[in-house]
Parts: sequence; C-alpha cells; structure tokens
Amino acid sequence: MPITITMPALSPTMTEGTLANWQAKEGDTISSGDVLAEIETDKATMEVEAVDEGTLAKILIKGGTENVAVNTPIAILLEEGEDASALEGYDAGSAPEPEKEKSGDSSKEEEAPKKKADKDEPKKAKDDTAPDVKGSSGPAPVSKKGERIFSSPLARRIAANEGLDLKAIEGTGPHGRIIKADVEKAIASGGAKAKAEAAAPKAAQSAPAQPQAVTPPPEGDYEEIPLTSMRKTIARRLTEAKQTIPHFYLTIECELDNLLAMRKELNGRSDEYKISVNDFVIRASALALKKLPAANACWGGDKILQYKDFDISVAVAIEGGLITPVVRNADQKGLAGISNEMKELAGRAKEGKLKPEEYQGGCFSISNLGMYGIREFSAVINPPQSAILAIGTGEMRPVVKEGALAMATMMSVTLSCDHRVIDGAMGAELLKYFKGYIEEPLTMML
Amino acid sequence: MSETKFDLAVVGSGPGGYVAAIRAAQLGMKTAVVEREHLGGICLNWGCIPTKTLLRTADVFTLINHAETFGIKVEGASVDLKKTVDRSRQVAGQLSGGVKHLLKKNKVTVIDGHGKLKGGGKLEVTKDDKVVTTLEARHIILATGARARTLPGLEPDGKLIWTYKEALVPDVMPKKLLVVGSGAIGIEFASFFNALGADVTVVEVMDRILPVEDAEISSLAEKAFKKQGMTIHKGTTVSDLKKSGGKVTATFKDKKDKTSTDTFDRVILAVGIVGNVENIGLEGTKVKVEKTHVVVDEYSRTGEPGVYAIGDLTGPPWLAHKASHEGVICVEKIAGEKDVHPLNTANIPGCTYCNPQVASVGLTEAAAKEQGYELKVGRFPFIGNGKAIALGEPEGLIKTIFDAKTGEMLGAHMIGAEVTELIQGYGIAKTLETTEIDLMHAIFPHPTISEAMHESVLDAYGKVIHI
Repeated sequence: MPITITMPALSPTMTEGTLANWQAKEGDTISSGDVLAEIETDKATMEVEAVDEGTLAKILIKGGTENVAVNTPIAILLEEGEDASALEGYDAGSAPEPEKEKSGDSSKEEEAPKKKADKDEPKKAKDDTAPDVKGSSGPAPVSKKGERIFSSPLARRIAANEGLDLKAIEGTGPHGRIIKADVEKAIASGGAKAKAEAAAPKAAQSAPAQPQAVTPPPEGDYEEIPLTSMRKTIARRLTEAKQTIPHFYLTIECELDNLLAMRKELNGRSDEYKISVNDFVIRASALALKKLPAANACWGGDKILQYKDFDISVAVAIEGGLITPVVRNADQKGLAGISNEMKELAGRAKEGKLKPEEYQGGCFSISNLGMYGIREFSAVINPPQSAILAIGTGEMRPVVKEGALAMATMMSVTLSCDHRVIDGAMGAELLKYFKGYIEEPLTMML
Repeated sequence: MSETKFDLAVVGSGPGGYVAAIRAAQLGMKTAVVEREHLGGICLNWGCIPTKTLLRTADVFTLINHAETFGIKVEGASVDLKKTVDRSRQVAGQLSGGVKHLLKKNKVTVIDGHGKLKGGGKLEVTKDDKVVTTLEARHIILATGARARTLPGLEPDGKLIWTYKEALVPDVMPKKLLVVGSGAIGIEFASFFNALGADVTVVEVMDRILPVEDAEISSLAEKAFKKQGMTIHKGTTVSDLKKSGGKVTATFKDKKDKTSTDTFDRVILAVGIVGNVENIGLEGTKVKVEKTHVVVDEYSRTGEPGVYAIGDLTGPPWLAHKASHEGVICVEKIAGEKDVHPLNTANIPGCTYCNPQVASVGLTEAAAKEQGYELKVGRFPFIGNGKAIALGEPEGLIKTIFDAKTGEMLGAHMIGAEVTELIQGYGIAKTLETTEIDLMHAIFPHPTISEAMHESVLDAYGKVIHI
C-alpha cells in the first residue's frame, strides 16, 4: 500500500501552513528521519521528517503553496517493492485540491464517509457565504471551504440562538468537535466578536490571507510583495490588539550608572558570559511582577488569568518580522543564566528554528530599541498578554541632583498596559518596582 | 520482591484502581497495583456486585410470589438464605478472579499489602505491619476508596448493628429490621430484606427517601415501598440504639423533637461514606484533604506532584463507574494521550437496584430550577407502555427535563422495571449533547420499555402519543 504523507500540525493550534519547499524530489529514496520538506507556520519554519521509508513517488502539493490545511495529503510514498503501478487507482483522498480537505482525521476509515458527506452536501456548501445556522439544531453546518464543521446538536442550537458563527469557534470536543462549552466560551470572550454579522473580520482571522477592506493603493509603479505567514500573523494580531485592547501608557526614567558599573564588574570576572543591559531589564521585569503578581495576568474574557510563573517574552527582530521568545521563570534565574539563554533563543529565532512552546505564553513582553538610539516609544501589546515594556536608549542626560545640575546615564521606559487587567495605579506601582531594581541593581541579587 | 521501579503504582484495586492500571499497561507503562484485601475492591467484593446478586434472589422470589398472575401455580416457595448468600459470594469470587486474570494478562504487577506514600515517588508496602517492599514510581494513583460512615452513638458491632458488610452475609433472616439512611445502599438492603419477608423500617433524616433523586421519583418510590409493607420515617433521626437480649431498641426523634421507640432484631447503618485517607502517607505532603476526601483537579491531580487520587477517595458522586472513568482519564492524561477530556459529572448516571428500580442522570427538576433554567418537563407513566403491561410491570415513570431555551437535556429520572438498563440511553444523549429534536427523531424499537423514554421527551414538548 502506498503511504500518504499529510501536512503535519506543528503546534496544537496550527490549522494550516505554507509548504515552503521540498527538500526531497520525486523518485528519491527516503529513509526514516530524512527531511522531506520545509513548512512555514505563522512564526517559524520547521522541517518535515519522513516517518516511513520508501520512494517518494509523487508530490501532490508543490513547494511554495500557501494555506495548506493540516492533514491534507502532500505526497505519496511507495514502500519497498512497490512500483509506480501501485499508484494506479490509488486515491490519496482526492488530494490535489487541498482547499477541500481540512483538519479531519486522516485515517482511512474516516476518509470514506467524509468524502461521501462532501458529496452529499448541497452545492451551497462550496459557496463562500456564511453557513446557514438559523435552523434549530438542524443539519451539520459546513465551512466556507466545504468541509463539515463537526459540532454537537446542542452547540449548534446555542450558536444559532446567540447568532454565533460556528466557523469562528474552535472545537475542543472529541476529534475537535465543537461542544457546548466551546460555544459558551465564545460567548463569554466577547461574543460580539464572534457574532455572525461580524463574521467577515473573524473569517479574516482564520484565513489571514484575505485582505480586509483597505483603502485603494495610490496610483504609481509598485512591486507587490506577497505576505509571509509571519507578516499575516503580525498584521492580524496587532490589529486585534489595537482594536480590542484598551491600551494606556506610562513612562518613567531610570538612572543606569549603578547598573552599568555592576555590569562592567560582572563582565570583567569571566568570559563565560557577557551580560547586557537587556538581561538586567528581563530580570528586573520578572522581579517587579513577582512583587506585584496581580499584574502577571492575562485578560480571559469573563475572567482574569493570573499566572504563577514569571515568564518574560522578549521581542527579537528577525528577517521579515519579529518573534518573542520567552525566558521562563526569569525571576528564578541569574543574570548569566538569562543572558546565555537569551543569546541562544535569539540565535535560533533568527534561524527560524524556535519551537512553538518557546515563543508562546507569558503575560509580559519587553521590546528594546535602545540600540538604535530611540529615546522612548510606545509598544503594542502582544495578545493575549496584558503589558509590554518599551525600552529606550541609555544616554547621558543632565539631571538635577541635590539641587544642582549633574550628568547621569538615563534610560526611559514606557509600559503599555491592558486597562482591563492593569489599572493606572497598578501599572505605576509596577514601574516603581522596576525602576527600583534597575537603579539599585544589587537588590536584584537578593 | 524483585521489581521495585515502575512508571505507575496504583494503591487499591477497586473499579478505579484496577481499570487505571490496565489502561496504563495498555499505554505501555510499567504498572503495579497494591491491594491489601481483595482484587476488585469493595465494588466487586462487598458492594455493587454481591448486592445485585442478592437482589436478583429478591426479584425471583417476588416474581414467584406473583406467579399466579402469569398463570403459573407455585406452592411452598421459600428462600434458602445460606444458598442466597453463598451464590452472592461465589459471584464476587468469580469476578475478583476475573480481575486477577485481567491484570495478569496486561502484565500488571500485583503486590499484596498496604501502600503508603513515602515521599519522592516512593511507596512503602507493608503486610501485617512488616515492610514487604518499597516501590519507586514516577506516578502514584491513590484509589483507596471509602468505607461506611458511623455516627456517634450509632456504632456498628457487626452482630446486631450491621454495616453493608455484615448485611451482605446475614446468618439469620431478621424478622424485624431497621435501616438507617435511605440512600442507594440503605434502600437496596431495605428492598432485599423486605422482599424476603422481613418487617423493614427505614429512617431518613431528610424529608424524603432517596434524597439525591428527583422529588417526584422519591415520592413514587416511597409509595411503592409502603405498598410492599415497608415502614418509612422521614425527617427523623435515630438518637439512640440500645442493645439488650439480642435485640436493639431504637429511639427516633422527628423534626418536632418528638421521640418514639421501637425494637428490632437487626439494624443496618447506611448513613454515607468516608474516604480512606488515613495511614496512606498523606501527612506532610501537599495532598489536600477536605471532609475525608482528597481534593483533586479535573485530571485527578492532587497538590503533590506525581500523586493522583481517583474514585471514592475523592469527591462525589461516589460510584464505581465514576472511579473507573476517572482512572482512565487520569492515566491517559499522564501518558499524554490526545482527546482526553475531564469528567462531566452531569453525565454520570446513577442507579439504585431496589424494586422498583430507580435511575437518573443530570439535574433534578428542583436543581434545574434553582440554576435559573426555564424548563420543559416531560413525563410518561409505564401504564402507557405496552411492553411494561405485558411484563406485568405497569408501575413506573420516566421524567425528562429540558432547557426550554436550548433544548439541552438537563436531566432524566426514571423509576420502574429495568430502568437501570435504560438510563445509559439518555447518558449517551447527554454526552453527545443532543437536543430534544434528536431524541424525537431517534427511533425506539417496539415493543420495549425504552419507548417510554421517547414518549417522555415528546411529552415535554406536547407531542406525546400514548397518553
């Protein structure tokens, strides 16, 4: 039996990705563990390794194809002893049209009824319009791509009652079936967002490729640059952040001279690390959050999720965008440890090799543009986080000390807060603690 | 003991423990079960199974007593108590042997002794107060179950005042029996001894019997039991039990503090259970105990990393099938299996095997109202069901409760013949989140009692046919 290779899910939330390129070509002999192709997700490029061995008989999805749904057959492998004739009449789930298949279970037993269901669906199933959910618990709705959305009758009924679009709801039941709890969660987390009438922007979220209504571009010669997955993610998430998170901003000045002296002394002691100002900032942020755990929280729709670990995300500029690797439990790590971990994460971030769990999570980010000489700026919160600290450059500035002008190395930092989670006074208190650690860095050692 | 290192050690081999162990072994974990008494735990040996065996005798005897109704003449039928009890023990023994075989087949190591946490993934096993072995396991599931609760002044002595354990192996047939507590356990024993000819009195502190069931079902059950000759005191406590001359004199106190006394041959205490949390090494760990039960999260994790608890040792409902299911969920979560979902207690059916049988799933009407639902309630009596009448079982009711807004089945409550075998139909419906529409569209075979399930749903929406 030929073996069908399907689009893998590289993270629990991945529903589709770009099949960036094939590392193997048709006719190649494949051993288990060989790299077959590279897949580009929202944030990272990952390699698809062969599980079985054999000959790569047919590539079903060409390199460079975007929006390939998870579990779509992408290639066919022939086992040892099989030749191309084995392919005749072999149906890899009518694979060549990836947009028809989606995240169903790829097992053979499931294939047959599913395809039948596809055929049995009325023609409107392929229509791009919203599914008809106004009936009671009626027939299973179909997505705009034509596949059935698995949902319980009760979930359909509640969604219909509330005017919710099932397409916009992620199922957590068996085999990803949408259950009552999922619909209730969608209602709780700002149901309006998922209301059917607002289905358009929501659809844009599930298929970020579709441009939202934008002002027509000005006349003139231009080169059209296709969006990378990362660009789409940045566009979607930061638009969502600015549209839905009530941001406010707090700026404070920190004197750096003590910190710079300590850094110089520490770095002079060993070659095994080279601590940067940013490493101090990471630790100071974690310790400040630890002092004010209420700020170490995310907005959860109908609740606030206060996290127990003090994880700090750090924005790293990489080719084509940015990514935020997370320094976990930064409150429990020494400066050298943070520094080495950050170097390693940033290095792999630049190679696009971070695993999803290395850049997801945390409630708090740091964005540092100090190295560009930026004095101060306001950053956009990275949802679902609730705060981001924008770090400006450290520079000599005239300051007033004991009634007289003096020179000091100063750094401005601006905290963007989600007002749903962090109120003004809380944000200010957090910055006060942060400033305390930065200006008296010895206290960070306690 | 040669092997001491395991991926998973399970303390207790009841329906929670042995099922968890088998599932773990299936998932490739090296698994051990520590059991201090009988494989299969209380359920198999001193609970669900032996009581069902006794109740079968009661049912057969009741049927024989009504044989004439069916055109059969039977004379001189009598119950051989010893044979009845022997059969019950034989069935329990057979099933316990079955568990032993299943564990062996799945290569689960069974260790005879008492398990106790020793910290750091260690589990000490003792037998007759001597240490047999100390196991090391990355994960330890506590499934030590529960035992009968005793109330001050109402301590069992095993001779005149029984718990379930003595009641399962009676040496004499009590002429006059007092059952304290009308939950599932109390009512099953009351039903058994009543059917076999004892004069049974049931005392319940709440204002109705089977207090966890829907009030309507409680009231129908009470009527049926009274018709069978049972005496039932509701809203009453037993303030004193005095033993003299091989009899027990009980003092009852009703809500108005009025006292009365009566004398019985035997007393069965069935006033709830307490978790077996003692002497299993919980002291000094982060395992939290509340009201004799271990506090766990939705995947049975205790506060102590690597230590889990399932079944009666944890919170309600205290049912074997809940324990088994929890065990499977807990183990699959440990193994990192996909599609593992927490238990939804609203979908756990409960069955009481008295005569008439009682079964339910989900919310009672009162609880649903309390939660603010607007309700659609359907009722269908067995008298409208052809099969029930043919069986000579025309007394029964199926009640269904729906959320008027969404059509969600919130609860179902049944009393009557074979309802314990029927309830799982609604259990599946609830688990799949069906609405009334799906249940109306489902086709129920004729003639079966299950048709009453269909009619009850139809009745909730004014579409009932046969009443």
